[in-house]
Amino acid sequence: MTGLPDYRLERDAFGRLVLTTEDGERHEGVVPVRAFPIGAPDQGIALVDPHGHELAWIDRLDDLPSPLRDLVASELAAREFMPVIECIFSVSSFATPSTWKVKTNHGDTDLVLKGEEDIRRLTSPGLLIADSNGIHYLIRDRYALDTQSRKILDRFL
Amino acid sequence: MDTQLEADERILSWLEIDLDAQLHFTSSIVVLTDRRLLAAPGNSNTGEASTHGQGWQSFSFRDGLRLTRRDHAGVGTLELFDISSRLAHWRYTLGSDIAAGRLIEHFDRQLTYVLTKQMPPPPAQALCPNCETPLLAGQEECPVCSKEIHTPPSTWTLFRLWRFARPYRWRLLAGFLLSLASTAATLVPPYLTMPLMDKVLIPYQNGMPIDRGRVTLYLSGLLGAALLAWVLGWARTYILALVSERIGADLRTTTYEHLLKLSQEYFGGKRTGDLMARIGSETDRINIFISLHFLDFATDVLMITMTTVILASINHWLALVTLLPLPVIAFLIHTVREKLRTGFERVDRIWAEVTNVLADTIPGIRVVKAFAQEQREAARFRAANAHNLEVNDKVNKVWSLFGPTVTLLTEIGLLIIWAFGIWQISQNDISVGVLTAFLAYIGRFYTRLDSMSRIVSVTQKAAAGAKRIFDVLDHVSSVPEPANPVHLSSVTGRIELRGVGFRYGTRSVTRDVSLTIEPGEMVGLVGHSGSGKSTMVNLICRFYDVTEGAILIDGVDIRSLPVAEYRRHIGLVLQEPFLFFGTIAENIAYGKPDATREEIVAAARAAHAHEFILRLPHGYDSLVGERGQALSGGERQRISIARALLIDPKILILDEATSSVDTTTEKEIQKALDNLVRGRTTIAIAHRLSTLREANRLVVLDRGSVVEVGTHDELMACEGHYYRLYQAQARNVDSEGESRPPVIVGKDEGDRE
Repeated sequence: MTGLPDYRLERDAFGRLVLTTEDGERHEGVVPVRAFPIGAPDQGIALVDPHGHELAWIDRLDDLPSPLRDLVASELAAREFMPVIECIFSVSSFATPSTWKVKTNHGDTDLVLKGEEDIRRLTSPGLLIADSNGIHYLIRDRYALDTQSRKILDRFL
Repeated sequence: MDTQLEADERILSWLEIDLDAQLHFTSSIVVLTDRRLLAAPGNSNTGEASTHGQGWQSFSFRDGLRLTRRDHAGVGTLELFDISSRLAHWRYTLGSDIAAGRLIEHFDRQLTYVLTKQMPPPPAQALCPNCETPLLAGQEECPVCSKEIHTPPSTWTLFRLWRFARPYRWRLLAGFLLSLASTAATLVPPYLTMPLMDKVLIPYQNGMPIDRGRVTLYLSGLLGAALLAWVLGWARTYILALVSERIGADLRTTTYEHLLKLSQEYFGGKRTGDLMARIGSETDRINIFISLHFLDFATDVLMITMTTVILASINHWLALVTLLPLPVIAFLIHTVREKLRTGFERVDRIWAEVTNVLADTIPGIRVVKAFAQEQREAARFRAANAHNLEVNDKVNKVWSLFGPTVTLLTEIGLLIIWAFGIWQISQNDISVGVLTAFLAYIGRFYTRLDSMSRIVSVTQKAAAGAKRIFDVLDHVSSVPEPANPVHLSSVTGRIELRGVGFRYGTRSVTRDVSLTIEPGEMVGLVGHSGSGKSTMVNLICRFYDVTEGAILIDGVDIRSLPVAEYRRHIGLVLQEPFLFFGTIAENIAYGKPDATREEIVAAARAAHAHEFILRLPHGYDSLVGERGQALSGGERQRISIARALLIDPKILILDEATSSVDTTTEKEIQKALDNLVRGRTTIAIAHRLSTLREANRLVVLDRGSVVEVGTHDELMACEGHYYRLYQAQARNVDSEGESRPPVIVGKDEGDRE
């Protein structure tokens, strides 16, 4: 998709995104979905209606004109929740279930790891950790963590 | 908080908010009182709201106000609307979802009360105070809450093995006493070197003749002690090996039995290779630990204690010097322990990874070959192995240093004894014999310490293994057996789904499904893939438990029935029929092992499997492999239909039973199914709508909710979801050049075949 998109996107009073296509059809409650949320977050974003049907495809977020891009980006920011772990302060035990105190890009928090199998290896060096509430925490590069965090993490890998 | 409340304002409910609008972790609160909704400052996006008092937001009850929650990717959103717009929204992690649900419920009731001055009745069903799961008759503890254990197991996992050792405690005691005796016997020979040296050899060197009687006495003493130690050692090792083998076997069977009881959810989350490793090699490791290492360690401790006592009784000064290096070694052991343990835990996990690669690839070998990806799979295996090597190398670095260090310390210890002993002899404090005896003792002493140092690693290995086994054993089935089960003597097959919802992880799979299926009725579930058809079946079979609502059979919640008893009423025919290794007859009789040959043949006949079975060289005694490779898809399917027929279930579930076969075979299977369906409550899932021509009603699912219910004709007439689905399929069939269109007719129209 190059140039200007052939649809309009706006936010209504209910806080929902509304997409109007060229022929004037209105779709309420449109959500942007990243196709590769981990591998390539800014490439390939689909705008889908509440029934899950694709309405528009955005190759790259940067290609969008500014107001539209901000709208999509803000909706994505509000929908997406995959805190990136920046530091592991401590863990309650090396046997699971274990409570981790971590620093993420969304602030400090506790997470409960139910089992080692909840740590998913992404393409090296990434890791994805699912906590007991189903929130996914991302570690982008486990070798880039500080020594102490790496040491703790190593015990679970 | 109190400052915000007006006089005599009452708090009804609250929700702790742990995320702000930008999804950063914070903590805040939303409070519901009897006249309004209050939100603590700084946590929501607000349109218009009467802010007052340090930024608290207040929304008084008025007509048109609506409070809803939804969740996505682990984050819940609580939203407040009025008729024209969204007033505010708050975000929270799903841990607070139940509190949010409660808040909404209170909100709705209070709003009704404020507007109509009538309090709606509270929900009729008893709910668990923590998680809102409806409690069943005869259930005091909530099954959902009690299964969530967030405390880590203690490090003393190995002691939990006592549960398995208990039945053999007398034999264990006998083994221990034998250890004691045999250790004592091995300590006699060094003691005898003392008089041999002092009373025979030294006097001889000083010109005295050798006393033959004395020599004979001491030598026969040495021989006797050796023989005694031999006999006792043999008895001890035999008894304890016997016991440990039994403990290992018990552990294995118990773990496997427990594993079989766990719900589908557990198996979904685990990999086969890992579970196999746990039951196979981990139990074996524990077994070896008990029979060899633990036993040796106990003997060593005994020997060290006895040696210490003997040494101290001979000469306490020399004994003190002898034992000096002991604390150093103990310290060394302790420091290395931690490092080794973590290392071995990693080795275990890596090992499971290696097996996982195998377990992934071997069943999918056809795909691997078809896409010519042997190289890639080999590389994957090599990578896993390389990882294994790398971790092992790391551990071995520490481990290899450990042994030689102990040896070095031993030598230094001996050196100290020599030095101190020679000095003491020169002072005439001790005789040469005493020094010889000390050296003989300490030689054994230190070799034992050396082997004791090995206990560190094996104990850690065994503890890691025990932990992994107890991980399985501690896992409470998410499909728990009821505490006070209700028994149904006979079942009519009436199934009722009441507001059923199911969430898999953070994803809501089904929402608020209500449906009643009458006895003997055939219901077809229709929908796109991913619309929740299979989930419904899994819920009805109780492979999973519903997260909301309830499923009732003959008016009884299925969670209050014993699991196995309930499933006995269900016959299941799956898309991919699974045949176990064994004869065809055994496979048909799988659900009813005591079935007679006549019953088996009758079931096979009804399933239209009889004739092709007879064509096989060994008839009903033909062996079928792991996945029944020798049979075609349709044949396997008919065997699995016969299997379902044989147990004569009241409820029958056909999960895409004919999807994987061609249309000709489908016809044959369909005939078999017609026999099966007769007189039973049937729930059929089919992608091919033609399969459902017998259905009394069709239930159309879309994204986890029921969107349409009715007969084929009714649904076609209203031109909704089903109509579109049907049209799409009809088009597909046309373009494939199929001769037979998917004819779907209601029962009333009869059979058009």
